[in-house]
Amino acid sequence: MFYREAGQFKTSYRADMAVFPILQDRIGLGVILFVAVVLVPLLGDDFFLNTIMIPFLIMALATIGLNILTGYAGQLSLGAGGFMGAGAYACYKLTTYFPDTNILILVLASGLVSAAIGIVFGLPSLRIKGFYLAVATLAAQFFLEWCFIRIPWLYNSNASGAIEVPGRTGFGVMLTGPSASPEARYFAVLGLVALLTWIASNLVHGRIGRSWMMIRDMDIAAELIGVRPLRAKLSAFAVSSFYLGVAGAMMVFFWLGAAEPSSFSINLSFLILFMTIIGGLGSLVGSFFGAAFIFILPVLIRAAPRTFGIDVAADAVQHLTYMIIGALIIVFLIVEPHGLARLWQVGKQKLRTWPFPY
Amino acid sequence: MTLKRTLTATVLAGAMAAFAAAPAFAEGLYIPLLTYRTGPFANSGIPIANGMNDYLQMLNERDGGIGGVKIVIEECETGYDTQKGVECYEAVKGKKPLFMNPWSTGITLAVIPKANVDHIPVLSMAYGLSAAAEGETFPWVFNPPMTYWDGASAVIKYIGEQEGGLDNLKGKKIGYLFLDAGYGREPIPLLQDLATKYGFELLQYPVPAQEMQNQSSQWLNVRRDKPDYMVMWGWGAMNPTAVKEAAKIRYPMDKFIGVWWAGGEDDARPAGAGAVGYKTLNFNGVGPNYPALQDIKTHVVDKGMSKVDAAKFGENLYNRGVYNSVLMAEAIRNAQTLAGKPDVTAEDVRKGMETLEISAERLKEIGLDGFMTPLKLSCTDHSGHHDVYVQQWDGTTWKPVSDWFAPMTDVVEPLLKASAADYVSKNQPWPARAEPCS
Amino acid sequence: MDVLWAVLVQPFVDMVSAPDFLLQVLWDGFVGGVLYALIALGFVLIFKASGIFNFAQGIMVVFAALTLVGLYALGMPAWVALGLTLVVMFVLAVAVERLVLRPLVNQPDIILFMATIGLTYFLIGLGEFVFGGEPKVMITEALGLPTGMREWEVFGGVVFFQEIDIAAAAIAIVMVVGIGVFFHYTRIGRALRAVADDHQAALSVGISLEQIWVIVWFTAGVVALATGIMWGARSDVSFALQIIALKALPVLILGGFTSIPGAIVGGLIIGIGEKLGEIYWGPLIGGGIESWLAYVIALVFLLFRPQGLFGERIIERV
Repeated sequence: MFYREAGQFKTSYRADMAVFPILQDRIGLGVILFVAVVLVPLLGDDFFLNTIMIPFLIMALATIGLNILTGYAGQLSLGAGGFMGAGAYACYKLTTYFPDTNILILVLASGLVSAAIGIVFGLPSLRIKGFYLAVATLAAQFFLEWCFIRIPWLYNSNASGAIEVPGRTGFGVMLTGPSASPEARYFAVLGLVALLTWIASNLVHGRIGRSWMMIRDMDIAAELIGVRPLRAKLSAFAVSSFYLGVAGAMMVFFWLGAAEPSSFSINLSFLILFMTIIGGLGSLVGSFFGAAFIFILPVLIRAAPRTFGIDVAADAVQHLTYMIIGALIIVFLIVEPHGLARLWQVGKQKLRTWPFPY
Repeated sequence: MTLKRTLTATVLAGAMAAFAAAPAFAEGLYIPLLTYRTGPFANSGIPIANGMNDYLQMLNERDGGIGGVKIVIEECETGYDTQKGVECYEAVKGKKPLFMNPWSTGITLAVIPKANVDHIPVLSMAYGLSAAAEGETFPWVFNPPMTYWDGASAVIKYIGEQEGGLDNLKGKKIGYLFLDAGYGREPIPLLQDLATKYGFELLQYPVPAQEMQNQSSQWLNVRRDKPDYMVMWGWGAMNPTAVKEAAKIRYPMDKFIGVWWAGGEDDARPAGAGAVGYKTLNFNGVGPNYPALQDIKTHVVDKGMSKVDAAKFGENLYNRGVYNSVLMAEAIRNAQTLAGKPDVTAEDVRKGMETLEISAERLKEIGLDGFMTPLKLSCTDHSGHHDVYVQQWDGTTWKPVSDWFAPMTDVVEPLLKASAADYVSKNQPWPARAEPCS
Repeated sequence: MDVLWAVLVQPFVDMVSAPDFLLQVLWDGFVGGVLYALIALGFVLIFKASGIFNFAQGIMVVFAALTLVGLYALGMPAWVALGLTLVVMFVLAVAVERLVLRPLVNQPDIILFMATIGLTYFLIGLGEFVFGGEPKVMITEALGLPTGMREWEVFGGVVFFQEIDIAAAAIAIVMVVGIGVFFHYTRIGRALRAVADDHQAALSVGISLEQIWVIVWFTAGVVALATGIMWGARSDVSFALQIIALKALPVLILGGFTSIPGAIVGGLIIGIGEKLGEIYWGPLIGGGIESWLAYVIALVFLLFRPQGLFGERIIERV
């Protein structure tokens, strides 16, 4: 009844093609931003910010990154964790060389390093596709992981072999390191994620995004009508790796505080892939849903016995988490193979025609 | 649009409701235990978790806790995964824990800077960051009874003894098989220093974490290089595989020496007769024949309150878990004496840990005579370079084959200082110690 | 010059100067390759019959071995435990077909692939829940498998052959031949090949897809059990094993996703190639390169022959 665009007239092509053509959507976006910017930091405690909101936003950004490559450009990748690591290590090196620069700028710059690496490992995609490409990206994953362990320069030859986040500032506020308040880190993450999501939305709705989707839907046909596969595929790899790299840098700098190479293992790659597919391939809002579902659900399952005072052994909870997540993934794929984003759309459609569906 | 709003609101409200209840303050001495009973390292993690749990349980059952205050134990499963470990840390932080036991090098590294700010003592017992032994720099972190560098130097010292003096190491080849991660790489600089000092050749055999159970290449290299001794820094499923492979190429097992983390019964047992003679370092007694362990048996295990398999009670890694809990219990007791009240805070416990002294008499008192060497920490030294001994596998159990002996403290000390200074310089601004040592 | 010498000449000098050691390296590579090939075989069987890239093959290996050891630990004789494990694998196959595959018929490949990853998570949780997370020792002796060691004095040195490795190779050969015969000469085998060729055509001549899928998943389960026993005997039965199963992926790339001989030959190439690379070239860059060498070999290979050694040529039409 409320969600209906009746009476909203478009007077220009531009207005008609807007990403949020309906007023209620724009209001909704405003409400979400209000909740994210005001309510969450106001009401959430440290645990909520540190363990749920910050990682959720970071994972959502990584999912957007993989979604660009897999969902929009159709190139299956199992190397997301490796690219996130590349961003994290790049950011660590950058903070070493430029300790006084705004950390947010360094985080974004480290995405560029990751993008360059992404282009190199994207080259095989010109010859191979599908599962063969997936295995090729595994080569990137394992090779990068090996580099993180074997090149002492990358971790400043720390005796521990890990990267530890020093305290760094942005706009005069301590943003990283242990003394940064959760709120400051949350706002840094939220700002970057919102900015990058907005850019991603413009990219996928624009010329580049369309060329990616053409390549995904039928590469030969796309080639025939003038899309250069080289440029389209490599740009998808570059942009995707940029997002993953930024997410990786944020993961270490704003969330974990220190990371070993094993933090960027193949398991992380799978996690991101799950989020992408459960959320919905080729959907930005789906990326947020997917990240929420895959990341927050296990945290809630693990926290449940603690909260309700049920005495379940910690390891049994872990086993059950695995089983529940596994089963839910299968159930979800059966119920809605196009992901949560499709459910969302269906829900919106239903709402639009409610209460008279016919 | 209502749907979107309702959804968001529900999610938020649900999540917040779930956690609003979480930081309810636990009555008693709250000690969270980060454990890993799952994942690729579970074989090492399960006995440790049981040992830690059972000793604290026993104190609750037998003495009603420490100084009359019950201990509240909570396990949080990490699966040896840093992300989950940090989640556990955040989850228990609000309940004012008296100790954090990260039980993974990765989690320790992530927690060290946070603990400094949140004021929670971190006990990383003989693992984690070696440099944390420097109490001046790391007031909140403790890694008794010794660091990895102490361990590496102790191995070389032991090998030197076998050869009739460290000078006889000249021209020998010592192979170093390690898990290719921060943990395994940490001792390398020290080993290299010792190699130049004593003139032996150090051969490195890294084992990538994902190849833990597929070590035939490393052992082919060992076969080709024929090192005189093999030193292993392994963990989890890597250990039994390495022992099996060593037996397979007929490496003389009495020249194969593991670090204390490679000394579980389950590391040697699967290789059967081939493992006889395999040695590891150790710093705790093995077997159930200590009065305190018998108390655990009567008060906890026999009452069915433990998860330990009766046959595995008193095994090496189980006892290592007990050791960890003994340290915590003694530190809390010390803190209670210092603070003059039974319900101590984390700050009291930190002081209790810094002035911890477990003398031989005290060990007799708590029924652990001969279980460990007397232990003493100080404000500046959070690790203590305590003694170790070498144990050998006889096919069914570990038998000590050396006396307790000290590591090469003189070699390790400067490295620790340099490394701590390096850590601080790379992690600027690093908070200075609130009240300086003496 | 020194670098070129070290890369191009020195390794071969090393090989020739110690032929007994080279032989040992080749044998170890061969055995590793056989095990990779067995895992890859499980993948190929399922991919051929249903076009599903079954990520769960690795965890099926662990799950089968765990079930066997777990049942034995309950006190039943080894052969009974083996039989019961086969029953469990059959139940698993039926369950997968009923609960996962049937509802997902006609979905894109990537969805089915994700479903098998979901299955992987489920099996990890279930396996640990039922049998506990600690690694188990494989019951090699109870199963009547040899555990001794043979020595062969050759080229002035000694080459060791583990009897369990010889047995593994023998069992692998028997299995591959068995599966080959089964595919070629039985009614079900022909039906399987028909399904592999064209689902709809197979359906229209009255072949039951559901039945075929159960058979294929069960066969893959049997292959997984054999792999689990062999690998478990070499190290331990633990969940860390499933990471090694990823090594089957480059094998598949080399051999092609649909070729059984490809899986075998690819497995051997990867097994021997990575051992040679690690032993003779690895030290040049610090060793431990085994974790990615196989993937790089496969990647380089792909650039020249995208369909694999024995794969079907991909023909693109607009």
